[in-house]
Amino acid sequence: MSLGEITRVSLAKDLRLEWRSKDAINSMLFFALLVVVIFSFSFDPTAEESRHIAGGIVWVAFLFAAVVALNQTWARELRNQVLDAYRVSPAPANALFISKAVGNFIFVAVLEALMAPLFMVFYNLRSIGPAYQLVVVGALATWALVANGTFFAAMSIRTRSREVMLPLILFPISIPALLAMVSATTAILTGEGAYRFWVVLLVVYDVVFTTVCLLLFETVLHAE
Amino acid sequence: MKFLYAAYAVTWVIHITYLTLLSRRYRRLRDEMQDLRKK
Amino acid sequence: MRRIFVILALLTFGLLSYALYEGMVAAPTEQTMGEVQRIFYYHVPSAITAFTLFLINFAVSIIYLARRNQKADALAVSTAEVGVVFCTVVLVTGPLWARPVWGIWWTWDARLTSTLLLWLIYISYLILRRYSTSGQTPVIAAVLAVFGFLDVPFVYLANRLFRTQHPQPVYFGGPGSGADPRMTYALLMNMAAFFCFAALVVWLRFRLERARQDFEETQALESLLQPDARSPR
Repeated sequence: MSLGEITRVSLAKDLRLEWRSKDAINSMLFFALLVVVIFSFSFDPTAEESRHIAGGIVWVAFLFAAVVALNQTWARELRNQVLDAYRVSPAPANALFISKAVGNFIFVAVLEALMAPLFMVFYNLRSIGPAYQLVVVGALATWALVANGTFFAAMSIRTRSREVMLPLILFPISIPALLAMVSATTAILTGEGAYRFWVVLLVVYDVVFTTVCLLLFETVLHAE
Repeated sequence: MKFLYAAYAVTWVIHITYLTLLSRRYRRLRDEMQDLRKK
Repeated sequence: MRRIFVILALLTFGLLSYALYEGMVAAPTEQTMGEVQRIFYYHVPSAITAFTLFLINFAVSIIYLARRNQKADALAVSTAEVGVVFCTVVLVTGPLWARPVWGIWWTWDARLTSTLLLWLIYISYLILRRYSTSGQTPVIAAVLAVFGFLDVPFVYLANRLFRTQHPQPVYFGGPGSGADPRMTYALLMNMAAFFCFAALVVWLRFRLERARQDFEETQALESLLQPDARSPR
């Protein structure tokens, strides 16, 4: 079977399992909602101010929710010794990585789509810049978090306090991407700021780190 | 200037702390090696 | 080997003392900042040393991934640890310099934030090494080191734009502009001194790691060869 076929089959399996149980989505949704509410008590912004800080709050909420999804990425595989089977099989390791990363991307994207109207309501947001740009930023940003996150989740499988280790190693490395996504979002919402630069930075970040992930995943898979 | 002396002092405190940690690890490793050899 | 170590140690001690004298006494006092500026002679060499150590860590991690050489891994963990130590010095002496000169302990400009991030990344590397229960910790750590180091230019670029968008208090352009040659000399002396000191400490840490590697190998061998009363059914 080719890379594409394995990826598709693996992805379909994950999506089907998730659709049936809705484990990840439910916990993510609830978590993101909690973060939004908690932040609402930390700041009490007027409509004008909220446009400046909403970008930050939105992405922090999505980041924490994404970690919930990422932490359970490999849990099923670990429980059922799938990784051992995969290591022994001739299947390309990257198929597994891509299917997991795309699966996580879909989960987080669904979350973002569900939460976006809520954010608009809670913070009385109306984007000043063109709204389609938010989708572009959303896609690039989500991929940045999810690609590295899936990879680091695989790295932290055999560590003590696995759930804490993932954010611990993921966050520092994600900070440039986080900065870019927050700044880009704020630039769109407020209509000021260098939107173009941040998007370019996100694109370059995505390209560089996805390449590194693809190059090194086989190494990590065999290193467990 | 107090800050000047503080900065130089802190630098060496940090370095000496690390070196002390290293020497402690050395000692512990040597003890474990001796234990192993006795066995 | 022992002899070289002793010579290096003596050289380091000599250089450090001489450089300290140069920085504290011989170099002229800076016009605008006063005596406090002398922190510069410790702060900048530490920063350059830390960065060099992290660079070596990056190179050695890649070598480890390619060759799985134990020495490479020992050097990787050594440079990372000592790099974190020097980075800590940078992050502490920086604010101690900034406070009397500019009135603020900290500012989120590109350079400071990047240094803080660098520190965080390598601390996460060290924590991963300590908490990993896999037998292949060095491989995973090496992978993280690659990611971490590749991240550095992004951190710097991102912060550069982010902070220039918001007006910041003027950060130092370096008193190198039209600097007194005695200042440059003091700086270079301190850099040489701290480089030698870093080499010394990395050497010590490296030997410790190699000893630990040998010890674990011996332990594993012992438990394999000895007929154990507690052997599993």
